Amino acid sequence: MTAPHTPAGGTPLLVGEGLCKAFGPTAALDGASVAIRAGEVVAIMGPSGSGKSTLLHCLAGITRPDSGRVLYQGQEVSAMSDSERSALRRTRFGFVFQFGQLVPELTCLENVALPLRLERVRRREAERRAAEWLERLEVTDVAGKRPGEISGGQGQRVAVARALVTGPQVVFADEPTGALDSLNGERVMRLLTQAARETRAAVALVTHEARVAGYSDREVVVRDGRTRHMEHTR
Amino acid sequence: MSVGQAFLGLLESGPRHGYDLKKTYDDRFGHARPLHYGQVYATLSRLLKDGLVELDGVEPGGGPERKRYAVTSAGVTDVEKWLGSAEKPEPYLQNTLYTKVVLAVLTGRPAAGLLDVQRAEHLRLMRELTQRKITGDLAEQLICDHALFHLEADLRWLELTAARLDDLAKVVRP
Repeated sequence: MTAPHTPAGGTPLLVGEGLCKAFGPTAALDGASVAIRAGEVVAIMGPSGSGKSTLLHCLAGITRPDSGRVLYQGQEVSAMSDSERSALRRTRFGFVFQFGQLVPELTCLENVALPLRLERVRRREAERRAAEWLERLEVTDVAGKRPGEISGGQGQRVAVARALVTGPQVVFADEPTGALDSLNGERVMRLLTQAARETRAAVALVTHEARVAGYSDREVVVRDGRTRHMEHTR
Repeated sequence: MSVGQAFLGLLESGPRHGYDLKKTYDDRFGHARPLHYGQVYATLSRLLKDGLVELDGVEPGGGPERKRYAVTSAGVTDVEKWLGSAEKPEPYLQNTLYTKVVLAVLTGRPAAGLLDVQRAEHLRLMRELTQRKITGDLAEQLICDHALFHLEADLRWLELTAARLDDLAKVVRP
């Protein structure tokens, strides 16, 4: 098992150790290790099919690794029950995917308020906080619109607002700019990393684009299911 | 960057002293690399000789900094021609990185490690430029973006080369 890489200084918040995961005969992860500190933006990079999304899914408790373990604040996520992992994802983690994540029947404001409503926050309070996040992500004007009525860039910023509204400790972002043009992609990245830094949330960012990784503090490169670590940090 | 044509373009808004030209140039285009005075006056005397600028006045006291320059109609035509022509794309064939990779493969050294080190260095610079871009004005953003896109192209080459190292070894060391 490879020792997880931790940059000097700071206890890791989220750790993956020697993660292996196969889908049928194909090994997606083959002993990948990563450690993420609070407030740190880590880019998980690698070519298509290298296992970077599987690594993210294991870290987020979405996929259970075949071997190896994931620790969140010292607790073993990979050993938790489905309901415990689900609660962890709802309360401590936030998610931004490439597309298709907003509920089409709800307005953007309701979409952002949804994670709070699931935590039984009263509607008025949930919508007040949702409105604040829409403002931070510079999409106040789409609050009353449905996802089908807004642009891709606006939709991603609404998705970032929704990922951050519960005050998560870790935001998992899988190719968050993958479906956007350069200008909109840059805007999403600037706002996502700015908001994460302000709230001290860590970001695990899967991307194959170097310019997107430019917004991170550090990169972890995945190749053939294994992680390669470089010591450079900002 | 052609300093001469940039000067001619800046002079289109009205005559200027050499010092004033240098300052405007540095503010707009100099960024990391301001012009030397020697370069400013050498450029101006060349433009003068070629009839692209003319002296608009010389203030008493002597010295090159006392001269005021104006663009001529030939100078305006020259700027127009420059702006209308494409820059020669530079494909950086056979660059240092390529040489390093081939040499590493040839001498049986770990070429993948070399590429990893280079990727990390490229990303480090990209982070720096991204930070500059976030805090900079629009001009700064455009300059940083230009550099970022070029670095990104290099990185793509690094990735592709990393994926082809085995094939390269067969060619280099058959």
